[in-house]
Amino acid sequence: MQVASMHFRERAHVKLNDAVLQGNLSKIKGKFVAKRLAAIGELEDFEATREAGSAIRQRALDDLDVWLEMFERNAVARGATVLYAQTPAEINTLVLEIAARHEVRKIIKSKSMVSEESALDHAIEAAGLTVIETDLGEYILQLNDYEPPSHIVGPALHKSKEEVAELFHVKHGTPRKTGVEELCLEARGMLRQHYLTAGMGISGGNFFVAESGSVVLVTNEGNATLTTTLPRVHVAISGIEKIVPTLEDVATLMRLLPRSATGQSISNYVDVLTGPKGEGEFHGVDHMYFIIVDSGRSEILGSDVSEALRCIRCGACMNHCPVYQNVGGHAYGWVYPGPIGSILTPMYVGLENALDLPHASTLCNQCGVVCPVKIPLPDLQRKLREREFAEDLRPWHERTGIKLWAWLAARPRLYACASRLGMRMLHRRADAHGMIGWLPFGGGWTEGRDMPAPQGRTFRDLYAQRQRNAGSSSK
Amino acid sequence: MRVGFFVTCLVDLMRPSVGFAALQLLEAAGADVLVPASQTCCGQPAYNAGDRADAIILARKFVGEFEGCDYIVAPSGSCSGMVRTHYAELFADDAAMLARVQALAARTYELTDFLVNVLKVKEVPGTFAGTVTYHDCCAGLREMGVKSQPRALLATMPGVKLAEMAECETCCGFGGTFSIKFGEISSRLADNKCQHVANSGAKTVVLGDLGCMLSIEGRMRRRGDTTTRVMHIAEVLAGSTADAPG
Repeated sequence: MQVASMHFRERAHVKLNDAVLQGNLSKIKGKFVAKRLAAIGELEDFEATREAGSAIRQRALDDLDVWLEMFERNAVARGATVLYAQTPAEINTLVLEIAARHEVRKIIKSKSMVSEESALDHAIEAAGLTVIETDLGEYILQLNDYEPPSHIVGPALHKSKEEVAELFHVKHGTPRKTGVEELCLEARGMLRQHYLTAGMGISGGNFFVAESGSVVLVTNEGNATLTTTLPRVHVAISGIEKIVPTLEDVATLMRLLPRSATGQSISNYVDVLTGPKGEGEFHGVDHMYFIIVDSGRSEILGSDVSEALRCIRCGACMNHCPVYQNVGGHAYGWVYPGPIGSILTPMYVGLENALDLPHASTLCNQCGVVCPVKIPLPDLQRKLREREFAEDLRPWHERTGIKLWAWLAARPRLYACASRLGMRMLHRRADAHGMIGWLPFGGGWTEGRDMPAPQGRTFRDLYAQRQRNAGSSSK
Repeated sequence: MRVGFFVTCLVDLMRPSVGFAALQLLEAAGADVLVPASQTCCGQPAYNAGDRADAIILARKFVGEFEGCDYIVAPSGSCSGMVRTHYAELFADDAAMLARVQALAARTYELTDFLVNVLKVKEVPGTFAGTVTYHDCCAGLREMGVKSQPRALLATMPGVKLAEMAECETCCGFGGTFSIKFGEISSRLADNKCQHVANSGAKTVVLGDLGCMLSIEGRMRRRGDTTTRVMHIAEVLAGSTADAPG
């Protein structure tokens, strides 16, 4: 997917002024938060489960090579083929090779964010094959000329049902529908034929289970089950970090994932797929492939932001992020939006291509407290800020401003003089309500807000005076 | 009990009256308050900007100034949170400093937390009549566990009626330099906050951090609301809405 993360501020500006989007965002904002809260309340000790989930994910990452080897061994023993992609381009190459080997002309897909990293659909079409997205959200986006996803769980969440109805009416050439159920039925009708005629199904992978060589898929629409069982070939694509040691671990993580993502105790479907169908078995595919993707992940693993790899893609961080809630996912400019995207995007596409993202947060830590695997998201954003600062990637005025402030703050006497003078000057600029309407070097603040003027003298000045007065009166 | 008072740079520069109100509360509760004269800033602006070297310089300075105190108290969840939850990380590679910093961090408190949980304050010197709503500032809430403390103190004031607003725990959009770098997003978040304050019916919004205070008040006035008051919790509890002495 094309990277547009350098323009976060400009994109956010457009989104903040898009009345339709703002209406859609405000409708969904409270829902995720309330549903999650209700769902975690069902567990006696959600915090303990979070702790356990975090430990499971960390354990997997700490010995990732061991678990990956175990996964490969067990998957191969069950008849699957395990392939590795170093780069996004390699994902596409591998998929096309598999398609060629099995003479596949049509491919159906259930949701895979990793395949968005490599723009797999475009590569498939460029090779002259047909690809159909079967996740309703992804289907809507594909129909809308491959509009980018705005959320990792609900890729088309930014769209209202009216917009979807219009899209279906235009693209399907059918009478305009109004209800959500009618729209779903229409999409289902369109998709059914493809399940039966596709030669290959591509899925993502919520978890790769090392001890069994299985892929776990967590879905609500049933499309993943059809995608991975009806065609002759199944290809599961996911990152190296999605490994978990045991099925028992999956059970724990499944207490966290649907609750954190959609506020469900359990998703409608959980598929655990292990190998192609065996001799004499009726259900399943003839050939099963795993494409395990690095594409920047091993670099994160060895870095100071490695905890980001614990992510289980629930989307809770974005659902609860006040910035995401107001600008939506497209502002972030790549596959992964919101707080986790502000870490992953710079790490996957290069910090120099996403300079704003680690700064696009108030560090309020609402994301950190809801994250089911306890990723300290603001701390990681700060780590990337440190890297930008150290590598001279921040604008000169920002660097100079901070440096000058810190230089002064380390010199109390000079700081006292400068602040005394500065506050007196600002105090004089106050209007009748005590406000300053425009600040030099603070245009970002005053474009949408006044700056309450300082009271005039500094606390330390006044306090010193108070101490002197107390001293002289007691003499 | 020697309590080191860290006034914080924003209170020092922008609203000294908040500092004096906090002092009054601490002294009324019997604390022996010390105000190191050379104090400036805890280093958080540098830390959050990614300027680690300067953050370390200012953290060292802070430790030197306050180490001799039994407790360190700031009228801010953000600045006390910087000391309590982030200083140690700055000295992870410096065992000697790390030990000193950890000892200091454990004794560092946000004002209302200190009043309630250490000084066991049951009454406050101020008087206030009216309905207020409380904004939970992010660092106070999520780093320092400040939630019930300010409300407990407000509840000791007979004239105060608390009307909680929706989303009282949602960020106001300040975020330090975020408010300048991403002014438009920051203002939108502040605007949402102002709307919730207005919907609560309260004529005063009370909070515990200067940054949020400036952002919310600034947005409120720009929206044309010139009457709703934005007050620091210390100002309410000490009843000193008048200008600072001097």
